Amino acid sequence: MRRSRDRARRSWRIARALLSSQYATMLEYRAEIALWALAGVLPLIMLGVWQGSGAGVAAGLSPQALGRYFLAAFVVRQFTVVWLIHVFEEDALQGKLSPQLLQPLHPLWRYLASHLAEQATRLPFVLVMLALVALWQPGILPMPGPGRLLLAVLAIAAAFALRFILHIILTMACFWTERAAALDRLLLIPYLFLSGLVAPLSTFPPSVRALAEATPFPSMLAFPAALLAGEPVNVAAGFAGIGAWCALLLPIALLLWRTGIRRYAALGA
Amino acid sequence: MVRASRRSRLQRYRRTLLRFWGTALAAELEYGANALVELLAVLGNLAGSLFVLSLLYGNGRSLGGWSWDAALVVLGLYTLLDGFTSCLLQPNLSKIVGHVQNGTLDFVLLKPIDSQFWLSARQVSPWGLPGVLAGLVLIGVGLANATPPIGWRDPIALLQPLGLGFTLLLCAAAILYSLWFLMAGLSIWFVKVWNATEVLRTTLVAGRYPVSAYPPALRLLFTFVLPVAFLTTVPAEALLGRASTGWVAGSLLAAVLSLIFSRVFWRRALRHYTSASS
Repeated sequence: MRRSRDRARRSWRIARALLSSQYATMLEYRAEIALWALAGVLPLIMLGVWQGSGAGVAAGLSPQALGRYFLAAFVVRQFTVVWLIHVFEEDALQGKLSPQLLQPLHPLWRYLASHLAEQATRLPFVLVMLALVALWQPGILPMPGPGRLLLAVLAIAAAFALRFILHIILTMACFWTERAAALDRLLLIPYLFLSGLVAPLSTFPPSVRALAEATPFPSMLAFPAALLAGEPVNVAAGFAGIGAWCALLLPIALLLWRTGIRRYAALGA
Repeated sequence: MVRASRRSRLQRYRRTLLRFWGTALAAELEYGANALVELLAVLGNLAGSLFVLSLLYGNGRSLGGWSWDAALVVLGLYTLLDGFTSCLLQPNLSKIVGHVQNGTLDFVLLKPIDSQFWLSARQVSPWGLPGVLAGLVLIGVGLANATPPIGWRDPIALLQPLGLGFTLLLCAAAILYSLWFLMAGLSIWFVKVWNATEVLRTTLVAGRYPVSAYPPALRLLFTFVLPVAFLTTVPAEALLGRASTGWVAGSLLAAVLSLIFSRVFWRRALRHYTSASS
């Protein structure tokens, strides 16, 4: 009893120290993070294209629904960005991973903390951008009620967890090749076109939509975005989908980590 | 005498460039698996872009007054320029930030060669070529099916839109280069902005669609602030044989001005540069 309480207290201390130190680092880079936030404007550009085309109305989406959806997609995208492979590649190549392996803490926790800290740094920039869009087209700002908002935040967090796990699997390629970051470009493509980032899934032809929904990508974006936009959506099925994908991918990720780290040790010796 | 020295200088730069690219290619070809990754990325992006375009065009709709085939030309030009970016701009200009951060820019400045030339042309990557090829194919397909049809039987009449289109494509490349150089060069002032160039790359995605597909406010933005219109829409109109004098002149002017501006900008940046240690 006492031991488990000690352990919980220790985890809490570690988490707090990691998050606050990573947050301080990220604040140092806030100019860059503002630029990254700006780099996420793709859904807004696509909103422009879709508003100018009759395709949205043909699929039964009113201009307002279209605007809300893409704005929600913009927010979801901002808080589910994962750049693990790029930093990990550098750390593995330059040997910065080695001192981390000596610490009594799984190195992936540190990367997770730095992603969370980056999101906290990003928040004010995203709010400013949302305010600017709201000035431009006041009608399209999603206004979910408090219950919906809470569910949407949870869904975004779950989507981020799923993306992070998927990226761990990809990142483990760093142990086998020197230029693994190029793989990120490949993973980005199905994410871009199947997640609902550039086109709402309801505009897809039924066969392509079925194909997209068989992949984990719509749960990473379309589901939280629909929730945030206030569209009718099957909440339980959405969360169950994310949970199932996480349960499937997490063991693979951990297994790859274990095999990969053995190779890394072999390289260093 | 002056002319002779200028010619020898030009020759020296040409020889240097060949040597640069020879070594860069040799280094890049070490990573053969990247060719596969890039090829897959280009094909995947192309399939995705065509799919989204087909969603927008379904049921006989048009986009901003552009037919499907005309929009293919725009998409082709975007793919082509994206390939050009991967070949030349990205491998070179994204490294400026690192030079500033690590202080290795000093070594570049000490070389007996123009620093802007070195920073812009030192590397070349073959991995953009699939994009260039795919872009050319798309442009060809779009032009062959465009209405009114381009007169293939009359080569002289064909020459004019192709020549004008090619000139405007060069202008687009010049504008794109200046934008990239500007974003990368800003790191002299703000050391921390690595990836500013990535931002540029993601916002230029807007060039996949003709600029008239956007709402008026965005159209203004994409013409005067972020000149996406000059990158893809204007050359596409010239290729389709419906260029307007105003846009052509604007494109030429924008290209010349942006090149001059990049030069002036770099001079000022160097005056501001105080090396890493100070």
